[in-house]
Amino acid sequence: MPRRNSRFFNLQDSVFKYLLIGVSAFVVLLFITLFYMLIDRSFPSISINGLSTLTGTVWNSAAGIFGAVPAIAGTLFSAVIATLFAIPISLGVAIYFTEYAPSRIKSVLSLFIDLLAAIPSVIYGIWGLWVISPLIKIYVQQPIVGAIGFIPIFAGPAYGLSIFLASMILTIMVIPIISSLSIELLGGTPPSLREGLISLGATKWETVRHVGIPFARLGIFSAIILGLGRALGETMAVTMVIGNSYLWPFETSSLFAPATTITSKIASELYEATSTLHIASLIELALILLVITLLINTVARLIINRTIKRGYY
Amino acid sequence: MDILSRRGRERLIKYICLLLTVLAVVPLLWIIGEVVYNGVSAINLEFLTALPAPFGESGGGIGNAILGTLIINAMASLFGIPVGILTGMYLSEYDRTSRLGSAVRTVIESLSGVPSIIFGIFAYSLIVLTVRHYTAIAAAFALGLMMIPLIAKATEESMKIVSNDIREAAIALGVPKWVRTTKIVFSIAKGGILTGCLLAFARISGETAPLLFTSLFSFYWPIGIDQPMASLQVLIYNYAMSGFQNWVIKAWGASLLLVIIVVSINVIVRRFAKPKYKAGV
Repeated sequence: MPRRNSRFFNLQDSVFKYLLIGVSAFVVLLFITLFYMLIDRSFPSISINGLSTLTGTVWNSAAGIFGAVPAIAGTLFSAVIATLFAIPISLGVAIYFTEYAPSRIKSVLSLFIDLLAAIPSVIYGIWGLWVISPLIKIYVQQPIVGAIGFIPIFAGPAYGLSIFLASMILTIMVIPIISSLSIELLGGTPPSLREGLISLGATKWETVRHVGIPFARLGIFSAIILGLGRALGETMAVTMVIGNSYLWPFETSSLFAPATTITSKIASELYEATSTLHIASLIELALILLVITLLINTVARLIINRTIKRGYY
Repeated sequence: MDILSRRGRERLIKYICLLLTVLAVVPLLWIIGEVVYNGVSAINLEFLTALPAPFGESGGGIGNAILGTLIINAMASLFGIPVGILTGMYLSEYDRTSRLGSAVRTVIESLSGVPSIIFGIFAYSLIVLTVRHYTAIAAAFALGLMMIPLIAKATEESMKIVSNDIREAAIALGVPKWVRTTKIVFSIAKGGILTGCLLAFARISGETAPLLFTSLFSFYWPIGIDQPMASLQVLIYNYAMSGFQNWVIKAWGASLLLVIIVVSINVIVRRFAKPKYKAGV
């Protein structure tokens, strides 16, 4: 980076410099304001309800009772299940892409992965609601309920819209995130080691198994965490397919029952909320979500930075 | 272990990976197929230009939502693109080490992981609750905020890879730093910056959660940027959830328009940008 030469100092130069500093400081200020506003606007709820928002299981806006446990549980459960299902599929995609795919398929496949990430969430929602939900109700949920419905988590009746369907849609939405990062990580392993193994007669799978995965391990772990962060904050698709019921997980534990998440609670109630306490409680939910996702993303980023410092992914 | 079983395992792994890849891609093709199949029948001149028909009546269009999305996106871009580019310039050309620089970097990284609904809540808390009515300005603010990290990162990365020889040549010729940054380095990096802006635009075109409690929805033509405004995204959500056949078909039609925007931007960007993933070796 060349240093500024004071001989060429002029007014325009310093005006431009302070413009850039001003804009950048403005971005930082916006982020601080974001935190401040969420805390400020949820303050009525924090001061009146205290911790009962975090421990209560009843949400009755008419009675002024706002317990968020079912929403938090729904958020964590659907996101974790989705991420767990997305891991093997994404790794399969990444290994196929880096090792086996012919170059012509590669360019199509990387476009498809980008598009999976780019399709708006509301379109996953309309697809889940009108196409997948009826199919899954008849061909997956009803047979399972019929066969092993005596187990509480598979109990009927089978609603199409359910936490099961929400987790499924989330799985599809998380796959492009984990797989695109994993492709970059597996593609970035040291060529000398790979070539060494290949020259010893190792198969492609053995190369991935003994070079690719060990080198990319931490990076893949952080990709998984980033995927989890995406799943936790996903709003529209989840709101449209989860059924928005507060009965799960306490009144019923069935995966085929409708449930709710933090995001679906906010999306389906905020625009019709009128009382200050109701609005404040919903904003407090948003604050909880913000803290969870920031923590998760920070952890992932720290891991990525550490692995980059070590010289490989 | 003999060679045959290793070869056998290799083939097995290959087919498992292929199967998983197909499994990952099928939903994409299925979604696009359904959107095209259901959406094409909805699209005609009336659909694109007319106001919505009242609940329960046939006909009508989504002209106001198309216009609304364009207005909101334009306002968001007016806010997000300059702020994003200037922030990226600052990070790349003026500040690679200082405290403000690392604070900006941390904020940009954090902002890009914040769920979109949080931006909606922020705009709602800051603007809607203050002026006490729903307004499209709040929606544009939320979406513009989402563009900033994407564009700042694209700008920083495109400008950083410009060779230092070029900066040094500019210094040797006595070019002031701001001219060097805005004319020379910027013009070399502008392909990458444009790509970043286009992808950010595609991204906000589909974002729905930040609009739900900011611009809300309207059944009329936009009458002012400080008023509630219809948008394609909220229309899809409202109409799809309504369960009323005529509206659901309109929602599919609107989905088709969004998919066309998103897919075409991604395909265009790909033609000009360098390939994103490198092959193994």
